[in-house]
Amino acid sequence: MTRSFLGMPATAPPGVGHLRGAEPFPAAARRALSDAQLRRNLGHATTTIRTKSAAVVGEVPDWPQLRAAGRAIKSDTMARLPELLEQLEAAVTAAGGTVHWAADAVEANRIVTDLVREAGADRVMKVKSMATQEIGLNEALEAAGIEPVETDLAELIVQLGDDRPSHILVPAIHRNRAEIREIFLRAMPGVDPALTDEPAALAAAARRHLRETFLSTRVAVSGANFAVAESGTLAVVESEGNGRMCLTLPETLITVMGIEKVIPTWRDLEVFLQLLPRASTGERMNPYTSMWTGVTPGDGPQAFHLVLLDNGRSAVLADPVGREALHCIRCSACLNVCPVYERTGGHAYGSVYPGPIGAVLSPQLTGVADNASLPFASSLCGACYDACPVMIDIPSILVHLRSQAPHPRAEAAAMAAAAYTMDHPALYAAAQRAAKLSRLAGPRGRGLPPPLSGWAASRDLPQPPPRSFRQWWAER
Amino acid sequence: MVGRAVTARELILGRLRAALAEPGTAPAEVPRDYRSAGSVAVDLDVLVHRLTDYRAAVHRCAEADVARIVDEVLGHRRVVVPPGLPRHWLPDSVTAVPDDNLTAERIAAVDGVVTAAAVAVAETGTIVLDAAPDQGRRIITLLPDVHVCVLRADQVVATVPDALARVDPHRPLTWISGPSATSDIELNRVEGVHGPRDLHVIITT
Repeated sequence: MTRSFLGMPATAPPGVGHLRGAEPFPAAARRALSDAQLRRNLGHATTTIRTKSAAVVGEVPDWPQLRAAGRAIKSDTMARLPELLEQLEAAVTAAGGTVHWAADAVEANRIVTDLVREAGADRVMKVKSMATQEIGLNEALEAAGIEPVETDLAELIVQLGDDRPSHILVPAIHRNRAEIREIFLRAMPGVDPALTDEPAALAAAARRHLRETFLSTRVAVSGANFAVAESGTLAVVESEGNGRMCLTLPETLITVMGIEKVIPTWRDLEVFLQLLPRASTGERMNPYTSMWTGVTPGDGPQAFHLVLLDNGRSAVLADPVGREALHCIRCSACLNVCPVYERTGGHAYGSVYPGPIGAVLSPQLTGVADNASLPFASSLCGACYDACPVMIDIPSILVHLRSQAPHPRAEAAAMAAAAYTMDHPALYAAAQRAAKLSRLAGPRGRGLPPPLSGWAASRDLPQPPPRSFRQWWAER
Repeated sequence: MVGRAVTARELILGRLRAALAEPGTAPAEVPRDYRSAGSVAVDLDVLVHRLTDYRAAVHRCAEADVARIVDEVLGHRRVVVPPGLPRHWLPDSVTAVPDDNLTAERIAAVDGVVTAAAVAVAETGTIVLDAAPDQGRRIITLLPDVHVCVLRADQVVATVPDALARVDPHRPLTWISGPSATSDIELNRVEGVHGPRDLHVIITT
């Protein structure tokens, strides 16, 4: 096997997983913006969640102190990541678990596939997990003849609808109840044809549909919200009970976890278990949180495998400004407050990590060149920074990444010409007179020919005034 | 590294150490001036409010009256019983099915389950189970549709930090806040997906 030089942080490889979109953000966003149903669904959902979250955050008198603690714990974790991972590995192993290390998506998919085969299973049930979405585990399992069954309601809607997730917390946020009913009627075997679009009826249909799967599937795959280095404890935070089913009923449990999810101490959970539910679903506490340490004889899976995933995270860690993106606890509060996300939805971002956090995380995981438009998918209004429960300064990272994005050659040439013109007063005055000609470019620059159309695709050209200041001054 | 394949473990740890070779990556001091364990007084009424708010049914009674409440909720039905459950909590009207390593199918076919708890958090309306003998294996509180949980008032703490300080990370822990729910359809909370759809909490004084 070929390996890059030991010690060089590496980005996530192309050709596997879901970190790269098929087209740049502006093109995908324009199409999303023309979907009126999508915009209504998103506007309704994000307004609901913002209101709920604000109410329960307002109940906590020490919310600012909890945020500051959460931020500090994550900074400390990143500074000590190698030793904490070694500590976690030792604790999980001592408790009867097996730890695997995966340098990238290809390796992680191979490890999980091999483990499922060793367990003699041809079907796995899955708890919603961003890490396994990121590496494209479902596709890898299917290619190996193993059927992955998503058990989270929203993931099930996405899987049955042959769709892509569009939100970190609620992957089917772009679907309303009528659309979900149609998907169930079309793709859920044995569904009652009289199914209504009442959310309770839809949830009950999912309960019936998955019950047999839970009882008969011998291997489950999960992600992890937190892993405590000192005790080896894993934690999964969920609502429906599908997580408990997957973490309790099978013989073998495989957990795939990004290496940044480790936290140093048991006590640190007291900060994140208060921050996450209130910022995420807008609940004081989510209905179910499961914590387990290795294997418990006679209770739950008797084989536990933990897969520690790098897949570009070491490259993110290597950037002292950008590494703050690794502090993310995947609450999705930044998506819900973002004026860009609220209008375009998650698919426009291309990656499984959409919204403001996706715009700083995805380009760093892949290398900025592979997601060059994402750092610009923001108005830099700062709402994400205010909403983030661990105080990630997303706007500053966006600006930092913009400086690394490769600029189109035409834009670089135009900027150089502009700089020269501004250095020469006579040229500058002439240019201002000529600017009136830019009316030929059409409203907001939409009529510009290539290559200038590329620049105007994501920017509005200002309307030039009838007279420049210098003309007005001369004629005064 | 000549003559030996580099393992993924060595590769990742090497990458991370190289990434941290940049300046400004010293371990950080964590400010813990939030409300820590022991700093907030317990208020049982807060627990009742929070449980009710998340659609759990709450009953308050003397310890001797637990069986009466269980009879009201699960009378004439089949109930899974963890090995260490106090027998006087069960009325004669229920059919007790002791969990002696019952299969998942058997547990799923039973109507309800009665357990104790390890600790409860008032502020969040959360019950924590730690698989002690009076609570049993995790599976028995998952498959039956009705969960009756009996809580002593002295097991109630005020905040999440209080609860974490009381439980043992080496036991399997299940934190339960209301019945199974989802917010996946238009972000509205709907009770009743895969876990028990009815959660009854009996607080004894």
